Amino acid sequence: MISGLPLPYPFELAFMQRALVACVAVGMFAPTIGVFLVQKRLSLIGDGIGHVAFAGVGAGLLAGWAPLWTALAFAVGGSLGIEWFRSRRRTSGDVALAILFYSGIALGVVLISLGEGISANVLTYLFGQPLTVKPGGVWAIVLLGLGIVVAVMVLRRAMFSVVTDEEWSRVAGLPVGILNALLAVLTAVAVVAAMQIVGILLVAAMMVLPVASAQMLARSFRGSLVISVTIGVAVSVAGLAAARAWGLAPGGTIVLVAAGVFVVVAVTARAMSRGRGADEADV
Amino acid sequence: MTASSAPSPRPVRDVLPEGDELLGASELRFGYGRERVLDDVTLSVRAGEFVALVGPNGSGKSTLLRLLLGSLEPQSGESRLFGRPPATVRRRGRLGYVPQRPNLSSELPATVREIVSAGRLTDGRWWLPVSRADREEVDHAIASVGLTDLAGRPVNELSGGQQQRAFIARAFASEPSLLVLDEPIAGVDASSQRLFRDSLVHLIREHGAGVLLVSHELSAVADDVDRVIVLKRTVLFDGKPSDLAAEGVGSLGVHAEDLPIWLEQLT
Repeated sequence: MISGLPLPYPFELAFMQRALVACVAVGMFAPTIGVFLVQKRLSLIGDGIGHVAFAGVGAGLLAGWAPLWTALAFAVGGSLGIEWFRSRRRTSGDVALAILFYSGIALGVVLISLGEGISANVLTYLFGQPLTVKPGGVWAIVLLGLGIVVAVMVLRRAMFSVVTDEEWSRVAGLPVGILNALLAVLTAVAVVAAMQIVGILLVAAMMVLPVASAQMLARSFRGSLVISVTIGVAVSVAGLAAARAWGLAPGGTIVLVAAGVFVVVAVTARAMSRGRGADEADV
Repeated sequence: MTASSAPSPRPVRDVLPEGDELLGASELRFGYGRERVLDDVTLSVRAGEFVALVGPNGSGKSTLLRLLLGSLEPQSGESRLFGRPPATVRRRGRLGYVPQRPNLSSELPATVREIVSAGRLTDGRWWLPVSRADREEVDHAIASVGLTDLAGRPVNELSGGQQQRAFIARAFASEPSLLVLDEPIAGVDASSQRLFRDSLVHLIREHGAGVLLVSHELSAVADDVDRVIVLKRTVLFDGKPSDLAAEGVGSLGVHAEDLPIWLEQLT
C-alpha cells in the first residue's frame, strides 16, 4: 500500500509517501475537531489529553502491547474524566486540566522507567516521526481520522449549537451531556491518531493553529471548518516537504509552518482592517 | 426589509385551545445554602396569554426561570412545563427560549442563518440532515424578525439589537407554542423593539401561543401584556396591568419608564 506512486521529489520514496498520507489525514481531522474546541475555549485540552495518552504509551510499552491502543484507552478515559469534572463544576476548568497534565505525564514517566526507559521509541511518541510510520500505522491513522470526520459531519450542527450556547441547547432538549462526551472522545481519538505524526507535545497545535487562522478569514462557521481543514492539509504537506528538503524534524516543522501561516494571516487581516478603517474615515 | 413588511412567525403546530396551562408553579420554594431565594411561588402561563414577569435585581427571576424550564429542581412545591415536571419533557420543540444575551465569542464567524438553524434541532432532529422544510422555516423565522438581508452576515458583525433578533428568530424556528424570553429587549433599538412586539402579538393572537416575558423594560409591549407578575422572592402582584395603578406604578403604557424605579423600591 502507498508505495511506488510516481510522485516528484520530495515524495518519490515509499516512506515519504506513507508519511504524506498520514500527515494529510492529520491535517484534515485535527482542525475538524479543533473548530469546536476553540469555540468552547478548550484550546489546550488536546495538550492535557496528550499527557494522559503518554501514560497509555508507557503502559503499552511496559505490558508489551501496541502503544497506540493503550494510549487510546487512556486518552478516552481521561477525556471523559475531564468532561465529567467540567460539567459538574467539581473544580475549575484550568485546575482540572492541570491535574490531567501532571498526573498523566508523571504516570507515563513512571511506567516507562519501569520498562525500557526513555528510548528512541518513546521520543517518537513525544515529538512525532512520520517518516518511520509503518503501513499498519498509516491505516490506523486514516481509519481513526475517517471515523472522526464522519462523526463530525453527522453531528456538526448539534455540536455547533452546544459549543456556541450550551444553556439554550439544554433548554431546547438537545442531549448536551452526550454531545459533550462525544466531543471529548473524538478529541481523544484525534490526539492518539496524530501522536505518531506531530508528537504528543505538539498535537494540540494542529487542532488550534489552523482554526485560529481560519477564524480570521472565514465569514461563517461552515467556512471556518472548510478553511481550517484546507490550511491543516496545506501546512502538513508543506512542513513535510520542508523537513525532507532541509533535514528538519517533520512534526516540529509542520507546526512551525502552521504558526507561520497564523502570523501571516493575522498581520494581513490587521492591515486590511486598518485599510478599511482609513477608507471609512476618509468618507 | 422594513418593519411593516416583515412576515410574522408561524408556529405550524395546531392552534392551541385557549386557556390550557403551558407553564406553571405551585408553592415553589428554592434556596442556595441557607439563603431562601424563592418562597411559596405560585403562577401559571396559559395558551393565548401574554404574561410579563418583573422584579428588582436579585428578586429570584432567573432562578424561577431555571426551575420552570427544568434546569433546577425545586426543594419543595412543583413546577410544570406542558403539564409535566420540566425535567421529564424530552421533546421540547413546543418551547421557544430566548436566553439573556448569549456569551458569544467575538471571533465567532457564524452567520445569522447558522444561528437560527439551531432552532430546528429540537424534538430529536439533532442528528438528521437539513430538510427543505427546515430551510423554509429558518428563512421564515429570519424574515419575521426583519433580518433577511443580513441572513448571510456573521453575527459578530451585527449590532446588539440585530444579534438579539437573531436569537429570537432561533426560538421562532422551532414553531413554539410557548415562548419564554429572558430580558430580550435590553439594549435593543426602537425599530427592533417594534418588530419584536409585532412578532410576539402575532404569535399569541393568531396561533394561541403563550408568552412569558422576563424584563425590566415593558414599554414596547405595555399595551399588549395580559398579565403582570411582580416577583420579589414571592409573588407580590399577579393581575392585569391596569390593576398595577393601585400599587402606585400607574398604567404600564403611560408610565412604563417608572417601572424599574418602582421595582427597586419594593420592600
